[in-house]
Amino acid sequence: MIEVQHAPSIPNPPSIPSNAPSIAHELAGKSDACSGCANQEIWTGSCAPPHSLRMNDIKRKILVLSGKGGVGKSTFTAQLGWAFAADEHKQTGIMDVDICGPSIPTILGLTREEIHSSASGWSPVYVQDNLCAMSVGFMLPSSHDAIMWRGPKKNGLIAQFLKDVDWGSLDYLVIDTPQAQSGIDGAVLITTPQEVALQDVRREIDFCRKVGIRIIGLVENMAGFVCPGCKNTSQIFKPSTGGAKRLAEEMNIELLGSVPLDPRIGKSADYGVSFMDEYPDSPATTAYLDIIDRISAILDQK
Amino acid sequence: MTIPIFDSPIARRLKDVKNIVIVLAGKGGVGKSSVSTQLALTLHNTQNARVGILDIDLTGPSIPRMLGLDGSEVHQSAEGWVPVYADGTERRLACMSVGFLLKRRGDSVVWRGPKKNAMIRQFLSDVRWGALDYLIIDTPPGTSDEHLSLMEHLAPLHSRLSSIIVTTPQAVALADAMKCLSFTRNVNLPVIGLIENMSGYVCPCCGEISNVFSTGGGEAMAMRENLRFLGALPVDTELVTLLDNEETPAMDEGQSVVPDGVPPSPETGQFPLLNRYKQTPSFTLFQAMVEKVLPALPVS
Repeated sequence: MIEVQHAPSIPNPPSIPSNAPSIAHELAGKSDACSGCANQEIWTGSCAPPHSLRMNDIKRKILVLSGKGGVGKSTFTAQLGWAFAADEHKQTGIMDVDICGPSIPTILGLTREEIHSSASGWSPVYVQDNLCAMSVGFMLPSSHDAIMWRGPKKNGLIAQFLKDVDWGSLDYLVIDTPQAQSGIDGAVLITTPQEVALQDVRREIDFCRKVGIRIIGLVENMAGFVCPGCKNTSQIFKPSTGGAKRLAEEMNIELLGSVPLDPRIGKSADYGVSFMDEYPDSPATTAYLDIIDRISAILDQK
Repeated sequence: MTIPIFDSPIARRLKDVKNIVIVLAGKGGVGKSSVSTQLALTLHNTQNARVGILDIDLTGPSIPRMLGLDGSEVHQSAEGWVPVYADGTERRLACMSVGFLLKRRGDSVVWRGPKKNAMIRQFLSDVRWGALDYLIIDTPPGTSDEHLSLMEHLAPLHSRLSSIIVTTPQAVALADAMKCLSFTRNVNLPVIGLIENMSGYVCPCCGEISNVFSTGGGEAMAMRENLRFLGALPVDTELVTLLDNEETPAMDEGQSVVPDGVPPSPETGQFPLLNRYKQTPSFTLFQAMVEKVLPALPVS
C-alpha cells in the first residue's frame, strides 16, 4: 500500500534565468527575469496563513521554537509546563502539533492515552489536576506507522486540531509548534551551542520577525557536560562561534540561560517523569528554574 | 546499456550516477547531516570514488557548514547548475544545498509543499553532477513533503536506490526511527542498515564513558526489525569541532569571501577537511561501517 500521492503536476521548469533573484529574496518570482518562467507562481505564493485558534479563554500563549531538531524543544516545553503547574492555582496546557514525530506523549508519560470528544470538542489529556496536554500523537493510528502526508493534508489536520480542542480556561498554554501564530504572547527559542544549530536559530529569528511574533528570549541547551566520574565540565557541543551568548548579542535578543547536559534529562523524558521533580539538586534543574522565572517575569511585564 | 523504463529529465540527468543513498532519520538533531558528511568523506577516501552530496533539508541546511562551504555560491552554466566542490581541484566531492542559494545565513525559508517539491525537482534535474559513483541525499527529519517528492522523482531510478537510517539511543528517537522504517517499507525503499549515533560520550579528563543519551537501543531495534546494524558512533567532540568550525571564516553579511565557488584551499589538490577527519576517532569506526555498506549497495 503505497500512499505516495501524486502532487498536482507543475510544468517542468526550464533553467532559472541567470539574472533571477535569489529564491529567498523578496523579489523572488516578481522580478522581470522571472516573468514567463514556469516556476514563477511557485515563488510568489504566500506563506502559510496563520490558523485561528479557539483560545479566547487562555491568558498566556507561549510558543517554543527551535530551528534545528533534537536540541531539546519538546523536553523544554514539558519542563515549562510542569514548572507553571507547580503553582496549584494555575491551569496549564501543553500543545504538540508535530505530526511526523510527536514526542510530548512520551515525555509526559501519556503514551497509552486516547483523547475523548464531547459536545464541546476534543478534551485534552490530564497529567495532573492542573496540567493537561493535547498532542497529534494521541490521534495517530499507531505509534510505529509513518505519517506520510503532504502539506495540505497536514495543514488540514492542524487547523482542525487548533479549532476543535476544548481547552477550557487556562492560565498558560505552552505550544510546541510553529504553526500557531495568532494571538501568541511570545516565543522562546531553543538552541545548542554549535554553529550548525545556531544557524537554524538565526533563520527562526528571521521567521519570527517576518510574521511578527515577539521573541521572549533564547535558551541554550546541552551547554557543557559534567562527568559523573571526575565532576569536570567538558563541552560536548563546542560553541565554536561564541555560542548562544554571541548570537543573542548579535541579534539583539535576551539569552535566558544555559542548561548543562545531564544524562538524566533524556532518561526522565524516556520514562515520562518530570526531571526537575526527580532531580531537584541537578545544576540543570537550577538552570531550568532560573530560565522559567525569567520567562514568567518577562510575560508579566507586558 | 539498459534503456530506462521511464524517461524523465531527472532520469536523464542522473543516468551516470551508480548508487543513490538516502540518509533518513525520524527525529531531528540525531546526526543525519554528520553521518552524510562522514559517509561522503569516507567513500571519497577509501574508494577514490566520485561522490555527490545533495542536501534537501530546505529549512535547515547544515551540509555547507559541515563541509566548510558556508557562503559558497552555485553557478549557472549552459548544462545546468554547477555543484560546489569541497575538495578543490580534485573535483571528486560535489555538493549541492539550498544553503548555497540563500543570500544570508540567517535567511529563513518558509515554504509550503509545492515550493519544496519544485525545489527538490530542480535539484535532481538541474544539477550537473556528471558521472558519480555515489550520490548521498541528506533529508530533513520526519517523513513529509520532501521525502514523498524525492521518492516520486526518483521512481525511475528505483533499482539504484537504497537508504541508511540514523537514530540515537533514546526512546523518543527510536520511536521516530520506527516511523522512518515504516516509511521505507511503504515506499519499497531498500534499507542498508541502521546507525546508532551519539552512543555514549568519553570524558576527556578521566576517560569515563557516560551514556548521555543512553545506549544500545539502536542495536536492539535492528535485531528486532531484522535490519543490518552498521554500528554505534560515540559522541566525538573532535568531530563536532571539525564539522562545526571549518576553515572558511564565518561570513559577515554582504561580504563575499569565497570567489567563484572554489573553497579557499591554499594547497591545490589537497583536501584539508579529509586529512583532519582521518585524525578523528570517528574515522576508524566509520570506515568499518562503510565496509558493511558497500557490499549491500544495489549496484557494485
